[in-house]
Amino acid sequence: MNIAKFLGLAALLTCATTQAIEFSDVQLAKSSMIFGYKQMNVPLDGSFAKFNITARFDPAKPSTALAKIDIDLSSIDTGNSDADEEVLGKLWFDTQQFPQAHFVASSIKALGGDRYQAVGKLTIKGKTLDVTAPFTVKQQGNTATFDGALTLNRLDYAIGTGLWADLGTVANEVSITFHFVASSK
Amino acid sequence: MSPQYTRTAIVLHWLTALLILSTIPLAMYMTDLKLSPLKLQLYSYHKWIGVTVLLLVVARLAWRISHKPPALQANLPLWQQRAAHGVHHLLYLLMICIPVSGWLMSSAKGVPVVYLGLLQLPDLVEKDKALGKVLETTHELLSYTLMLLLALHLAAVIKHHFIDRDDTLSRMLPLLKRKAL
Repeated sequence: MNIAKFLGLAALLTCATTQAIEFSDVQLAKSSMIFGYKQMNVPLDGSFAKFNITARFDPAKPSTALAKIDIDLSSIDTGNSDADEEVLGKLWFDTQQFPQAHFVASSIKALGGDRYQAVGKLTIKGKTLDVTAPFTVKQQGNTATFDGALTLNRLDYAIGTGLWADLGTVANEVSITFHFVASSK
Repeated sequence: MSPQYTRTAIVLHWLTALLILSTIPLAMYMTDLKLSPLKLQLYSYHKWIGVTVLLLVVARLAWRISHKPPALQANLPLWQQRAAHGVHHLLYLLMICIPVSGWLMSSAKGVPVVYLGLLQLPDLVEKDKALGKVLETTHELLSYTLMLLLALHLAAVIKHHFIDRDDTLSRMLPLLKRKAL
């Protein structure tokens, strides 16, 4: 067997093993959850420091994948301490009654290449709505990074009601950008 | 020859005066407000006014450099001439440094300035909480200094107009020109 053939075979084998790999060990310290919105037409972003992810993902068999995300809403960082406090209140997240937001994927399908799409149920402040989140998966050895985003309307979940319901000050659209890192067990 | 500023200089002067005298009380009011949509709106208006002042001051400086202002009162003591020039220079300096420090503060706090809600200005520094705090204090101290200088500026105007009864004020406010007796 010459070297070229050997390398070809090795590449094929690596490919085959890669496809069977299942990522389920989420590394929270390397993962992030960022949100973006507009206030007086000023683009701002913030993040959630504490969230938990239970997931199982095999790039070759996305339909068998599982994903459940729980976000501790009080771990919010808006970049402004007054705002951090304000959004925990009744008009916003009402964290006393609803400390967490939840996402549960109902189905995940491949869109071709490294692109996938998760459809699932997002629950915030006691309201559950269907959401769709396209994402990409980049594999490196036994680690994969998942990057995706979705947009929601805050008022659909009654986030920021009362005097905050005016969309001219804080816009309705909120983008959520996630970056998850997981390895195979 | 009429000892008077050009019409352009007069318009620019009173426009900046109006904006500065409205944005200072606005700043004092808005910073004490509890977080609300009104507070966020007022912060935006304050920033828009600040950027406008900065633009006007750049125009004023360009005009001032290319158009000699009318001479001071002929009999003015030397220390008063120096004080007048000194205060004017400092006023220009502060009218630039205060909006720029506000812009820097906004950038450091991670809140870009979007002029009139339409035009996003580039961030001057990276997001940095500690730097934001320092710039906040700087912006505030510079503003207090400006208020002090404005008080001096106004005191001089009052002295010239009501005590010396000369034409200092009417050079900038031709409306008040004294009739020759």
